[in-house]
Amino acid sequence: MIELSDVQKAFGPKEVLRGVNLTIPKAESMVVIGGSGTGKSVMLKCILGLIRPDRGTITLDGEDVTEAERDAFLARFGMLFQGAALFDSLHVWQNVAFRLLRGSLKRPKAEAREIAVEKLRRVGLKADVADLFPAELSGGMQKRVGLARAIAAEPEIIFFDEPTTGLDPIMAGVINELIREIVTEMGATAMTITHDMSSVRAIADKVAMIHDGKIRWTGPVSEMDSTEDPYVRQFVSGSAEGPIEAVR
Amino acid sequence: MRSIAALGAAILGMLAAVGRIAIFAAETLSHLVRPPFYPREFGHALLTIGYFSLPVVGLTTVFTGGALALQIFAGGARFSAEAVVPQIVAIGMVRELGPVLVGLMIAARVTSSIAAEIATMKVTEQIDALVTLSTDPMKYLTAPRVLAATLVMPVLVGIGDAIGIFGGYLVGTGRLGFNPATYMTNTINFLEWHDIVSSLTKGAVFGFLAALMGCYYGMTSGRGAQGVGRATKQAVVAASVLILAANFLLTELFFAA
Ligand SMILES: Nc1ncnc2c1ncn2[C@@H]1O[C@H](COP(=O)(O)OP(=O)(O)O)[C@@H](O)[C@H]1O
Ligand SMILES: [Mg+2]
Repeated sequence: MIELSDVQKAFGPKEVLRGVNLTIPKAESMVVIGGSGTGKSVMLKCILGLIRPDRGTITLDGEDVTEAERDAFLARFGMLFQGAALFDSLHVWQNVAFRLLRGSLKRPKAEAREIAVEKLRRVGLKADVADLFPAELSGGMQKRVGLARAIAAEPEIIFFDEPTTGLDPIMAGVINELIREIVTEMGATAMTITHDMSSVRAIADKVAMIHDGKIRWTGPVSEMDSTEDPYVRQFVSGSAEGPIEAVR
Repeated sequence: MRSIAALGAAILGMLAAVGRIAIFAAETLSHLVRPPFYPREFGHALLTIGYFSLPVVGLTTVFTGGALALQIFAGGARFSAEAVVPQIVAIGMVRELGPVLVGLMIAARVTSSIAAEIATMKVTEQIDALVTLSTDPMKYLTAPRVLAATLVMPVLVGIGDAIGIFGGYLVGTGRLGFNPATYMTNTINFLEWHDIVSSLTKGAVFGFLAALMGCYYGMTSGRGAQGVGRATKQAVVAASVLILAANFLLTELFFAA
């Protein structure tokens, strides 16, 4: 279980997170929705310790993440970055198998490659992609390689930052299914950021909506459509009319 | 009053930068002695910093050695001291021009590429991705590059010195009428071990500075393409200035009476 309490983060004068309180239960799929630029990616990075919050605490299974032993802590996580963040000096398969080629999870090269190819297949990529460089792939393919890398070492907690952005509807469906599968079959805890409402419905157990640096609303996905909260209603319906300003 | 305040702020800013760079350097050194090590990254850095710099080093030093011979001959002629060309070319190349020119060329070629590469990795979240994959960017990116540059630069400087002297030899024997055998003997007899050791030491220090600045400004790059551009520019400027300053200090250390 991951718990954020009163997490605040500002960049210079710009207050991005203004006291985020959120609980992500174990082995569940939490989806975070919210307008672009509202600090969703920053929130994920705070949990991973990539960005240090100005205030507030973040705990994983009751232990403060800033005090946890870094290597053991990070070994439990997989992360898909919004821009895929593939290493462009490495082949696709070496990107996917990055964790399996060094450090505590190191294994023989041939075996690591085999796992990489298998993970690539799971995200809908053929084996011949394995020997290309990331720069030779389209944006959507890069995203899926990033996804394969995030799940390669079978982590117990996985963060997906906009996994289906830039994918065609069919591929988006494949990825949604994959995320769902990882949670139900592997018992992983997932936190997904997305703007894609069909994704939300396919992936989420719980939904949290972030607005103006705070969690506006959180609840089971089944209640998302019936909530009275005007922010959620506007976001779900995609209307320009409502409390969320179109210019921000 | 206002200009004094601005000057003060500028000086404080510079001191803060020096402090941050010193901390970064200390951290880099600490990673050189603590595992895990990344031999593949190190090997790759050796190749790109060392081997692929050879053409630039050769071209820079051969022309400089030649020009130096012409100048010394012309200058020496004013008091009938043309004969010292081999000796002065040797000393000039080995003590000063070899290390400094190779250092500056490495700042242009290696510092810029390290800074741009690491800054791009930072901007595209690759550095963050490294961290989440349990890999310390300081160990994986900085340590191998700095170590490789420090070890390979003395070799490059040694080669640069030799090629520079050879450039002087070509001009001396081809244009200025020196006897080839005498030119060689004069050069070799005149150089002392001390000169060579100072040259290679300078090389190591300049290599360290060049790679360190590339890594530092890359790692601290701002966002976007502009951030990468700024980081690259700052890295090259800082490396060049530091190399020239270090050169003065080392000359003082080795040769001040
Ligand atoms: N490293 C940073 N430095 C300065 N500002 C940042 C940084 N990271 C994010 N921001 C700002 O924080 C805000 C939220 O960013 P982000 O979390 O990426 O939004 P999103 O909700 O779309 O993922 C944006 O306005 C962005 O400009
Ligand atoms: Mg984002």
